[in-house]
Amino acid sequence: MFNGTSPFVDGVDNAFLFIVVISLILLVGLTFLMVYFIFRYRKERNPEASQIEGNVTLEVLWTVIPGILVLLMFWYGWKAYTPMREVPENAMVVKAVARMWAFSFEYDNGRKSDKLVVPVNKPVKVVLEAQDVLHAFYIPAFRVKQDMVPGNPQFVWFSSGKTGSYDVFCAEYCGMLHSAMITKVEVVEEADFNGWYNGETLASDEPAGLKLLKENGCISCHSTDGSALVGPSFKGLAGSQRKVTAGGKETEVTADDAYLIRAIREPSAEVAKDFPPIMQPYSLTDEQIAAITDFLKTLR
Amino acid sequence: MSDSVLTAGSPGHKREPSYLEMDTGHKGIFAWILATDHKRIAQLYFYSMMVMFLVGALIGVLIRLELMAPGRTIMDAQTYNGFFTLHGIIMIFMFVIPGLPAVFGNFVMPIMIGAKDVAFPRVNLLSWYLYVAGGIIVLVSQFVGGGPPDGGWTFYAPYSVKSATNIGMAALGAFMLGFSSILTGLNFLVTIHRLRAPGMDFWKMPLFVWSLYATGWIQILATPVVGITLVLIVFERVFQLGFFDPAFGGDPILFQHLFWIYSHPAVYIMILPAMGAISEIIPTFAQRTIFGYKAIAVSSMLIAFVGYFVWGHHMYTSGMSETAKWVFSFITFLVAIPSAIKVFNWIATLYKGSINIDTPLLYAVAFIFTFMIGGFTGLIIGSVAQDIHLHDTTFVVGHFHYIVFGGVGFAFFGALHYWFPKIYGKMYNAKLANIAWGLFFFGFNVLYFPMFIAGYMGMPRRYFDYLPDFYIPNLISTMGSWFLYAGIILMIYNLVKARRSGPPAPANPWNGVTLEWQIQSPPTYENFDEIPVIKDNPYTFKKESARHE
Repeated sequence: MFNGTSPFVDGVDNAFLFIVVISLILLVGLTFLMVYFIFRYRKERNPEASQIEGNVTLEVLWTVIPGILVLLMFWYGWKAYTPMREVPENAMVVKAVARMWAFSFEYDNGRKSDKLVVPVNKPVKVVLEAQDVLHAFYIPAFRVKQDMVPGNPQFVWFSSGKTGSYDVFCAEYCGMLHSAMITKVEVVEEADFNGWYNGETLASDEPAGLKLLKENGCISCHSTDGSALVGPSFKGLAGSQRKVTAGGKETEVTADDAYLIRAIREPSAEVAKDFPPIMQPYSLTDEQIAAITDFLKTLR
Repeated sequence: MSDSVLTAGSPGHKREPSYLEMDTGHKGIFAWILATDHKRIAQLYFYSMMVMFLVGALIGVLIRLELMAPGRTIMDAQTYNGFFTLHGIIMIFMFVIPGLPAVFGNFVMPIMIGAKDVAFPRVNLLSWYLYVAGGIIVLVSQFVGGGPPDGGWTFYAPYSVKSATNIGMAALGAFMLGFSSILTGLNFLVTIHRLRAPGMDFWKMPLFVWSLYATGWIQILATPVVGITLVLIVFERVFQLGFFDPAFGGDPILFQHLFWIYSHPAVYIMILPAMGAISEIIPTFAQRTIFGYKAIAVSSMLIAFVGYFVWGHHMYTSGMSETAKWVFSFITFLVAIPSAIKVFNWIATLYKGSINIDTPLLYAVAFIFTFMIGGFTGLIIGSVAQDIHLHDTTFVVGHFHYIVFGGVGFAFFGALHYWFPKIYGKMYNAKLANIAWGLFFFGFNVLYFPMFIAGYMGMPRRYFDYLPDFYIPNLISTMGSWFLYAGIILMIYNLVKARRSGPPAPANPWNGVTLEWQIQSPPTYENFDEIPVIKDNPYTFKKESARHE
């Protein structure tokens, strides 16, 4: 988790160590001096203080030397940063979309995933978008982080030299389940990636509807087992009587297909009672929505 | 200094009625809440601030308990989110920002410059009322509307615009607190310019006064920006005007600029008076003149000035331009230099002193140590590359607690132990005070140091739950919070006991030379029978032999 490999790890860690070493020398030295003076010149050993008002040479020295040190620190930090903005031309582009409280990733061929699957040793540019509020895309192992700003796409790039599974965190507070907005980067061999990318390993027992719910991050707020999260559970939803607030008034509606479609495309039209009105509209195709409603009907 | 003043308060000498006993024409509590005397207002601030501090600290302990282990420990996610927000708002706006200026600035600054009060005593009282009103609004916002505000004391848009919780009301409370701060700053600036005793030019002012002067300028120039910004948030929530939310055509990054244009200089509102208090404590306990008086005074002004132009270092990952990133990083490194100058001069002041190791000096030592760690870790995150990794992790949380709690906290309680005999005319138990300091210092480092480690490992901040990889540093950190809290409780117990039944304090228990030590403890209503005439620089210690002539 802590150490992956990306082109930035060495730069960031070395610039970090540079500051830490200088700081430790100064911290230990100055603390030692301070404690030594206090004991060496305590009243019992030095009953008469010397009234020294200052020393221009010392003032100049301890202005100029720290000045040079901090300029060096600035320079190392900046040099380690600039490669993060220089994306190689052969980079693979993946779009990451953040919403409360899930990431979803879209590939050039339309493949969608809730995990970021990438080939090893391949530069990857992740274009970052946010649907609702600020989020941040953070992979500690690669030393990359970038805020995801609604209406203002950002990017990060990295290239991993080692296969493995690395944590991705949301690092900008985004509401109740901020700390649950976690996913993984799966760095795999190129052949495995190509297989996954082209859908060969897609064969799974999961119903198409459930897969869509996962890809779009729906299940981070709506459980499938009846427990209430931020939104109402999917279990037993289809066909039930729902207490909702519509246009400021409380009413009761039947959760038929029309209701379910409205709840996805226009969630603020009818808000389930006792739940906050925070869901954003999702633009899914008719086929996708049909797959979802079919699946919901199986959750009795 | 005359003998009659030096022995004021000692047996056999007739003491004038102090400001605590003075008949103000009002009875009971009105003698306090209608007081215009700067010393009484200082106490109004002190008690209201200590209540807020204890509430904020208790919430901090609860937050640490929740983070003691992964998963839910004692509270649910939304309660946690409300708690870290309330902890931030209370501690920043109601303790650390008003902190030293409102309490010790109010109490000793007029005395230090030989004045009878501040320039506008009634405005001074108004500041306190605004402080209380703002505090009450923030507390009420917890219990009405759509639930306790979340999102942190930073109010980042568009979350703060969209959230169903009661953020609008909390923002209004912070707005009121800002006004309180502006009025205090203005009052102090005018006081320092107009009410100095004859002979006291700027280069003869005590360094605490210098630091309040630098702080005053930041308070009146920077605070209005955050006031306007918070009002814009309220407008956007109520009228759906598009300032910051892209859904209404606004720009979320604009909010961050406006917010940090105030809130970074606000860090210097917090730390400058703390540095000023340390600059008083060290020469008194070293019994010698301060090393590099002018360097320390000028560095306060430099910090205040350069501190205006570094706000962007909070925003390296926000999406602002690449040019802005290196410019802000560069200036951020520059602002480290005047801070370093102060540390060197403080340590040099201990050289060849004749040092009394008393409680206030221990607090000053703790301040210098934690401030250095806060400063060094600040260099790490001032650097763009490392900050990309560490921004919004617990590393940053550790860093700013080392500065604003390690720095301002130790300075505040050091100043309290330093001026306590003057404020109340009573002495506290030094042994207990030192034990409380030890617990406080030990607990503080155990609490906050592991945050650097968890942060470098990649643990984001404001996380209700975390991966098991981060368990050990979080566990250690939570244990530290118990020692820290025990130290604070012991310190308060000791001081309350001293206030009630401590032995009387002499006028000048530490043999200090600034003006507040030349009058009786506690001071009279008007501080001075006769306005003193100033001839020497403020830290002129006479030789032991010369003193009794």
